[in-house]
Amino acid sequence: MHRREGLAKLTGRERYVDDLPLDDFLWGATVRSPASRGRVTAVRFGRGIDWSQFVVVDSQDLPGPNEILLIERDQPVLAAGYVRHVHEPVLLLAHRDRVALRRAVAAVTIEVAPEPAALDFRVPPRPEQIQYGADNVLKHLRIEKGDVERALATAPVVVEGVYETGAQEHVYLEPQGMIAHMDGDVLVVRGSMQCPYYVVKALTHALNRDEQHVRVVQTPTGGGFGGKEEYPSTIALHAALLALKSGRPVKLVYDRTEDMAATTKRHPARVRHRTGVTRDGKLVAQDIEVVMDGGAYVTLSPVVLSRGIIHAAGPYACEHVRIDGRAMFTNAVPFGAFRGFGAPQTHFAGERHMDVVAHRLGIDPAELRRRNLLRDGERTATGQVVNDGTDRVAVLERALALADYDKKRAANKAGGTTRRGIGIATFHHGAGFTGSGEVMLSSRVDVAGLPDGRIEVLSANIEMGQGTITVFTALAAARLGLTPDDVVVAEADTARVPNSGPTVASRTSMVVGRLVERACDDLRRRVNTGGRGKGEGLKRAIMDWHRAHPGGRLVGSATYERPPGIAWDDHTYTGDAYGAFAWAAYIAEVEVDLRTYTTRVTDFVAVQEIGKVLHETFARGQVQGGVAQGIGWALLEDCKWQDGAMANAQLTNYLIPTTEDLPPIRVAFLENPYPHGAQGAKGLGELPIDGPAPAVLNAVADALGVEPTTIPLTPERLMEIAERGARNAEQRRQ
Amino acid sequence: MTVHQPGTLREALDLIAGKPEAVPVAGATDLLVHWPARVAEHDRDYVDLSRIAELKAIAFRNGELMLGALATYWDVIHAGRMKEGFPLLVAAARQVGAVQIQARGTWAGNIVNASPAADGVPVLMAYDAVVVLASRAGQEEVPLDRFYTGYKQTRRRPDQLVVAIRIPWRAHDVAVFEKVGGRRAQAIAKVGLAIAHSAAGWRVVAASVAPTVRRCTAIERLLTDGTPVRGPDDLHPAIERDVTPIDDLRSTAAYRKTVMARLLYDDLRGVCPAFS
Repeated sequence: MHRREGLAKLTGRERYVDDLPLDDFLWGATVRSPASRGRVTAVRFGRGIDWSQFVVVDSQDLPGPNEILLIERDQPVLAAGYVRHVHEPVLLLAHRDRVALRRAVAAVTIEVAPEPAALDFRVPPRPEQIQYGADNVLKHLRIEKGDVERALATAPVVVEGVYETGAQEHVYLEPQGMIAHMDGDVLVVRGSMQCPYYVVKALTHALNRDEQHVRVVQTPTGGGFGGKEEYPSTIALHAALLALKSGRPVKLVYDRTEDMAATTKRHPARVRHRTGVTRDGKLVAQDIEVVMDGGAYVTLSPVVLSRGIIHAAGPYACEHVRIDGRAMFTNAVPFGAFRGFGAPQTHFAGERHMDVVAHRLGIDPAELRRRNLLRDGERTATGQVVNDGTDRVAVLERALALADYDKKRAANKAGGTTRRGIGIATFHHGAGFTGSGEVMLSSRVDVAGLPDGRIEVLSANIEMGQGTITVFTALAAARLGLTPDDVVVAEADTARVPNSGPTVASRTSMVVGRLVERACDDLRRRVNTGGRGKGEGLKRAIMDWHRAHPGGRLVGSATYERPPGIAWDDHTYTGDAYGAFAWAAYIAEVEVDLRTYTTRVTDFVAVQEIGKVLHETFARGQVQGGVAQGIGWALLEDCKWQDGAMANAQLTNYLIPTTEDLPPIRVAFLENPYPHGAQGAKGLGELPIDGPAPAVLNAVADALGVEPTTIPLTPERLMEIAERGARNAEQRRQ
Repeated sequence: MTVHQPGTLREALDLIAGKPEAVPVAGATDLLVHWPARVAEHDRDYVDLSRIAELKAIAFRNGELMLGALATYWDVIHAGRMKEGFPLLVAAARQVGAVQIQARGTWAGNIVNASPAADGVPVLMAYDAVVVLASRAGQEEVPLDRFYTGYKQTRRRPDQLVVAIRIPWRAHDVAVFEKVGGRRAQAIAKVGLAIAHSAAGWRVVAASVAPTVRRCTAIERLLTDGTPVRGPDDLHPAIERDVTPIDDLRSTAAYRKTVMARLLYDDLRGVCPAFS
């Protein structure tokens, strides 16, 4: 099936938030903190500007609590006399003319009496830097299985390593933006977002309105990658405050620089591994410590940390595991959701460390993984028994065969001024919300029968390029024997659609898609076809129903139900963390130029078992896009920090890969249907970002005989490591 | 913002003679990058040269190549005889931004923008290009390797326009262009190098390692003298004399020097007998 909205996007006719027609509106803009921490001592409005022409909003203008409602309530909508990070919103301005507005923003001076900022999450804070709890720890979580200390004490070999990953900018094509206006007594907010009901909750809380007086509509969204999970609530509130004060529609759209500087990024992390192994490479103990930089407010850091530590031990069987995780407060621009949600950081460390262990033991990295990959009946770090019938070793073998691994591993690495290497990562990704999350979300999907016999799928799950509209259309059509043209997918408008949860966590196809199927079943029951009516028969039954019930609404509905046999204990962090895991083996081949220490990925094989492929082209696209994004994170994407803010917030100095920087990405799927996912599907969206970085760095390690531990592995960094290695080798010879 | 659009060179020269603060633009590609952020630049006067037909020419004559001030990278990539006569111009042009930028950006603009990381300037300098400046007072010619006086500073007076670039046509037995960017396309150079050898001698030009693109005279002397070079490290004393790289958002001084030495050594080893 073709992408339903594909032609509009291909021809440039799709209208994103900045393209929407809007009459008699004001542009909104944000005045931000220049300092990383301190009391605001003065806000000065510069001379030469007629400030009476501007709408000005500050924290005093909030009708409700000055809080962005999320996991915690610590983040203000607008700083109230105290700032905790550079670029923190302090004032909002609106004006009819956008250039006048930009000049006005530049003419406001925020004066801050600076206080000691915490800017390095890796070192314990000094007393004067403590701003959250007793120790700046935003969240502390621990997983324990067996007796790690005893197992390490008796392990024949113990291998240690420390690994670091940098922040990553989402670089969605469409920067963030919102429009707010009043429709009678209803506040309407339209914009680019992943989670319309998150925005509803944030608006009702801080603006002191009930849900009947708030309506949120998602506009066609040019990419999200998690960056439009929680942050849109902030822009929505800002646009709404300006609209409420001015009584006019307000459009607040960030340009690329503001978007890169002020919105969230992937959490930087440091992961320490201490691993006990037998001499033939069987894991006996994994002691893992994860520290993440949360930035200046809690945002989603506790759940990012949670997913990070749950994936930290990798897809391996090990009886004694301890994973200790902390998310740290710092005075950095807050970090937030990004595809993978903590797992890419811990998988990078775990998979890079597996190769360090293999090198220490003199075992081939593929063989070390073969010996330790989970077999059915074995338990993960949280004690979840894996019993899905997937042969994880076979996933690895398929990748090894496609990459011609054995031959390339043995091949001569040297070629003039270049060296070649090959590297593996085996990994997993749990789909849907962690633990009891899906139960608490209690998502609902409706499928309505329309008077003309077509059906309409109503959900809050949005299209952002990943294919929601097409996949929901295909699922509903297949379930009811209809053609795609008989299926309409409703705009994500909270005045019309039920809360089917956020468009995050690789849950849309697997979890919400399954609700679409069940809501279709419910619709069929309601039109009284005895459960057999499909296709044309069903359409006729729907039309008959409407003739019998003029003006009535015919709606089938489904609400999430926990699959049987799933149990999670949030206090002990034990049990079934996810309903299903997708499994993967990725292999990268690289060529390093010894003159410039530039690493080029020359080949990439991505094999994964994802339950069921719902749409071959989209699935392949998800994997290739994730691999590209992962290669960027591994080699290129380098956030340069100054006072906790990004110093290189431009696409000229923050480089993402072009097609020239990418290898052919060869994708293969294995299918082992998951009974509780739509048509047997498991989540796929995030999985492909977990594997590329460790696979690429393992390939560099193979090429040069060094052990890089930090990404991005820029040429500058690799030069240092390689030269240091060469110097050390020289000293050993002397 | 006021944009003036003169139709002839004469009009343009009259305009800038009366408005020394006005900014001449051709493709405007350098301006566009910072346009949304630098609101103050919206208040300036701009002289759009793109309609002046007499500045568009590319000509081979009297043993030289003449690039008009409006000659774009794209024009050079597609001009006849360019690959044979001036292969470094073609190689550098293909490394400038994307095709859209190559189609709008001009060689003269690259010169007057005066970025130390310019892609077009090193190869022009290696070919001994001469900048032709015009004003109401008359014409003046400045060799490109003497055109820059400091970071973003040139010998162009506010009442002067670059009207052409003259490049002598010589037979070269060595011609190399190297650009090391943060990625393989559409990147600003971390190190740029142009190396050429002809009857006029050695030319080694480096970008992104000093406040301006500049000739590396110590390296050139070492090549002329045939000083033995047994590895990249032997080039470091000359590199220290020639360039002063810094740590910035894009790279480090140490990386730039090391890479410059290795590229020079690797490029010259096969063609220079003193390199072993």
